[in-house]
Amino acid sequence: VSLHKPEIKLESLKEDIRDFLKTSGWEKKLQNAVYSELNVFPSPCHPAAPPEHMKEPLAYMRKAQGSWEKRILKSLNSMCTELGIPLAQKRPANEQKELLNKWNEMGTDEPDLSLFRPVYAPKDFLEVLMNLRNPNYENGEQPSFRNHLGLIQVPLKVKDIPELKENFSELGLNIGQLGIDDSAQVPPEFFENEHVRVGQKVLAEQDSAAAQQYVRQGCPTALRADLWALILNISNQPEDILYYEQLKSNVIQHDLLVDSLIYKDVKLTASNDDYYFVFEDYLYQVLLCFSRDTSVLEHFSYSSATPPKSYIRGKLGMEEYAVFYPPNGVIPFHGFSMYVAPLCFLYHEPSKLYQIFREMYVRFFFRLHSISSHPSGIVSLCLLFETLLQTHLPQLFYHLREIGAQPLRISFKWMVRAFSGYLATDQLLLLWDRILGYNSLEILAVLAAAVFAFRAVNLMEVTSLAAAEAVLADLSTLKVMPLLQIFLFATVT
Amino acid sequence: LRIMAGKVKWVTDIEKSVLINNFEKRGWIQVAENEDWNFYWMSVQTIRNVFSVETGYRLSDDQIVNHFPNHYELTRKDLMVKNIKRYRKELEKEGSPLAEKDENGKYIYLDFVPVTFMLPADYNLFVEEFRKNPSSTWIMKPCGKAQGKGIFLINKLSQIKKWSRDSKTSSFVTQSSKEAYVISLYINNPLLIGGKKFDLRLYVLVSTYRPLRCYMYKLGFCRFCTVKYTPSTSELDNMFVHLTNVAIQKHGDDYNHIHGGKWTVSNLRLYLESTRGKEVTNKLFDEIHWIIVQSLKAVAPVMNNDKHCFECYGYDIIIDDKLKPWLIEVNASPSLTSSTANDRILKYNLINDTLNIAVPNGEIPDCKWNKSPPKEVLGNYEVLYDEEMAQSDGPDRDLRSRSGQSSGVKGNRARDSGKPVLTTWK
Repeated sequence: VSLHKPEIKLESLKEDIRDFLKTSGWEKKLQNAVYSELNVFPSPCHPAAPPEHMKEPLAYMRKAQGSWEKRILKSLNSMCTELGIPLAQKRPANEQKELLNKWNEMGTDEPDLSLFRPVYAPKDFLEVLMNLRNPNYENGEQPSFRNHLGLIQVPLKVKDIPELKENFSELGLNIGQLGIDDSAQVPPEFFENEHVRVGQKVLAEQDSAAAQQYVRQGCPTALRADLWALILNISNQPEDILYYEQLKSNVIQHDLLVDSLIYKDVKLTASNDDYYFVFEDYLYQVLLCFSRDTSVLEHFSYSSATPPKSYIRGKLGMEEYAVFYPPNGVIPFHGFSMYVAPLCFLYHEPSKLYQIFREMYVRFFFRLHSISSHPSGIVSLCLLFETLLQTHLPQLFYHLREIGAQPLRISFKWMVRAFSGYLATDQLLLLWDRILGYNSLEILAVLAAAVFAFRAVNLMEVTSLAAAEAVLADLSTLKVMPLLQIFLFATVT
Repeated sequence: LRIMAGKVKWVTDIEKSVLINNFEKRGWIQVAENEDWNFYWMSVQTIRNVFSVETGYRLSDDQIVNHFPNHYELTRKDLMVKNIKRYRKELEKEGSPLAEKDENGKYIYLDFVPVTFMLPADYNLFVEEFRKNPSSTWIMKPCGKAQGKGIFLINKLSQIKKWSRDSKTSSFVTQSSKEAYVISLYINNPLLIGGKKFDLRLYVLVSTYRPLRCYMYKLGFCRFCTVKYTPSTSELDNMFVHLTNVAIQKHGDDYNHIHGGKWTVSNLRLYLESTRGKEVTNKLFDEIHWIIVQSLKAVAPVMNNDKHCFECYGYDIIIDDKLKPWLIEVNASPSLTSSTANDRILKYNLINDTLNIAVPNGEIPDCKWNKSPPKEVLGNYEVLYDEEMAQSDGPDRDLRSRSGQSSGVKGNRARDSGKPVLTTWK
C-alpha cells in the first residue's frame, strides 16, 4: 500500500492521505500513540508555571521528596564506602564472557550478598510519610473524631464512596465482571462468552481506548497479555528488541552496585514465593537491564522524584562530571522485584516482558514510592484508605488505633507493592486489569479497606498489633472482585 | 467396650502424620496387625504378603486395604509398558478406531508412553531403535525402585554394554526382576517454564477396575528442577537438571523449603492460558485425562479386582514443548512425606478425601457396597471416568464424545454431576 501512484492527484491529496492512514492501520496506531500520551503525561498547566510544578505542584511535598532522596542516596553511598565497592565499574573481559554464558540462568549464581542490605524497606518510607506536614495548614485541635485519626496528617483531597461509585461505575452490581460472573456456578452464556467475544473484537480493531474501557470488566486469561500490550501501546517492534539487546550488552560490560541490591531483593522475595520462584531468572534479565535504561529518565518530568546524581571519582560537584545513578535514576528497594514477577505469567519473551514492565513502571509503579500530591500517589492512597476506614468502619478503626494497631501499618506494604505477593496471581491480575482500565491506583486503597471490612469481625477481637497482623497475614484465598463490589456497592453506610 | 464396637479399627505400617492425623480425627481406633482390623493402610511390601499364596490371608467383608493385589501391573515400569502395548494391539485387532495409526505407523490416540524397551530382554530391539536415531538420549530406570534411585541417562551404546554382554552369554540366567531395567526415549524437548524443566504429579483414586471407576484429584502439582535445563550432553550426569523427583531435588543446592520447587496445577493452567491460549490448554488437560483413563483401561483386564481394595496412584507426566503429555510412570505408594507446609496440607487433604470415598461415612466398611459415593463426599476429587455410567449412556460413548465439553476452568461442573468427563478427544 502506498501513495506512490499515478492516480493520486494533488487536489485530492488530503483525502487520499487520510484514507491511506486508515486502510494501512496507521491511523489506529497514531490514535493509540496519542491516547497513550494522554494517559501518561499530565495536562498542561499554567504557562507561567515552572517545570517543578509539572512534577509536583505543592512545595512542601517537593521538599519532603528531596529530603527523602537525600537520605536514600546517603544510605547507598555509605554502603558503598563501607563495602569498598564502587557504584559502577567495568567488568573484566573474562567476567563478561561468563555472564553472557549464564545470562539465562543467573539464578544459579550464588554471589555473597550477606553484606548488602536493601537501601530501604516500605516501613522506612511509611515513617517519612507519617511525618509529612503542610506548613500552611494549622488545625490547632487535638485529634478527635472530627479530625483524621490516621497516620497521614496532610490535607489532600480524596474521593468519598459516592465519588468512588461513580468513578468505578463499571464495577457495579448489575454489570458483568470477570472475577465474579465467570465462576463455576454461573453459566457462561450469561456474561462470559459475550465478554470474550467483545475482547476478541477489541483486539482485532487494535484500539487502545476501547481496550482500556473493556478491561474495566476484567480480561479473559487468554486475551490479557495482548490487551495489556495494546493499552500500554507496546508492540515489540524490531527496534524495541534491538534496544533491549543494547541494554543487555550494557549489563554485560558494566557492573553496578545496584545489581547486587537487585540480586538480593529477588533472592529475598520472588525466589521464596510460591507463584513466582519459577521466573527468578527472568527477573534478573528484566531488572538489570532496567537499571541501565536511560529512557526511563523521561518519566521524571512528571514524577515528584528527581534522579540521584553521582560524580566521577574525584570530580565531586563538577557538573560536567555528573551522571545519574543508576543510569535509569531508580534505586530499587526491598520488594521492588515483585512489580515484575506477576508479568512473567503473561509474557515469556524477555524483550516484550521488559517493555511491558517499563511502561507499567513509568505509568503507575513510580507513584507508589515517591512523595507527591497526585491522586494515585502513595500519600493520597494512604489517606484514601484511612478515610474510607474511619468513615465506614469507625468502630474497627478506633479499636485498632486503641490497641496500637494503626491499620495503615498493616496495609501500607500491600499498597506499595500493588498487592503483588499478597494475593493469588489470578486475583492480582484481575486487580491490575482495573488499574489499567481506570488508569489509576486508587483501587488499591479501596481494596485494602475492603479487606479490613471483610475481616472486621476477627479484627475486633484482637488486642495487639501482632494479632492484627496475624489476622491479615494471609490474603491468598481472597477474591478481589466480590470484595470490591460489596465494599463499594453493597455496604450500608 | 461396646462403645468401641462401632468404630473403625485401623493399622498402618507407614508412620506418616498425614495418615495418622486423618485416622484419629475420625475417631478410629489404632490396633495391631495381628488383631481384628477394618482398615489397613499398607506399604507395597506388606500388600505382597497379604495376598501371597503362602500366607493364605483371607480378608473378611469388613476389611479394606489400600492396594490392589497386583497393582504392579500398572506401577512397575516394565509391566505398565507391556500392558499398554498389549492393549493397543488388542484394539488394533478388533479394528477399534482408537487404535488408528498415522502415516508413520504411530498410534494417533494411544501414543502416550515414550518408546520403551526392557533390558536385557529387548536389548537387540533397543539397539535397532537406537541406531535409527543415534543422537538421541535414553533414560535407564531400574524396574523395582522409586524416588529416582538408580536412574541414569545414556546417549551412547557403550554406556549400557553391561546389559548386552549379559544377554549374550550362554550361561545367561534370568536376572531377578529387581535388576531388570527399562530404557525409554528421553523427552529432550520438555516444555520449559521460566527456562526450567518440570513434571506433573497427579493423584488418581481407583475404587474398582471392573467396572472402572476412577477419580482425579484436582490439586495436582508441578515439580520443577532446581537447576536450569539444558539439553547439552555434558549435563547428562547432572541429575538435578534432568530428574524432577523431589527426593533428588531436595539435595540440590538451590532447593527451597518454602515452596519446595512446586507449583499448583492451577498456576500451570493460568500460565498456559495466558501465554498459549485457552484452546490448546484445554486440549492439553483433556489429553492428560485421556492418557490416565487409557492406562487404567489397559491394565483393567489383568488386575485382580479384589473388592476389598482401592488404590491412590501418583501419576508422573511430562509435557513436551508441543504441549503433548507423556506418561512416565505410575506410583502405587506416592510419597506421603511433606517437603513444605503447603505440601503437608495438600497431602493431609488428599488422604482425607480419599478416605471419605473409600470408607463411606467413616464407618466400618462393607466391601460389598456398590462403591458409588454421593458427589458431596468427593472433596477435591472429581470423577475421571465411570464405566458403569458410560455404558448406561450407550456402548460407543467413547467415540461419540468427540465434541464434548472442554475441561476448562469450569469443566468441573460436568464432573461434579457424577457423569464421566466429556473430553474432547480430538
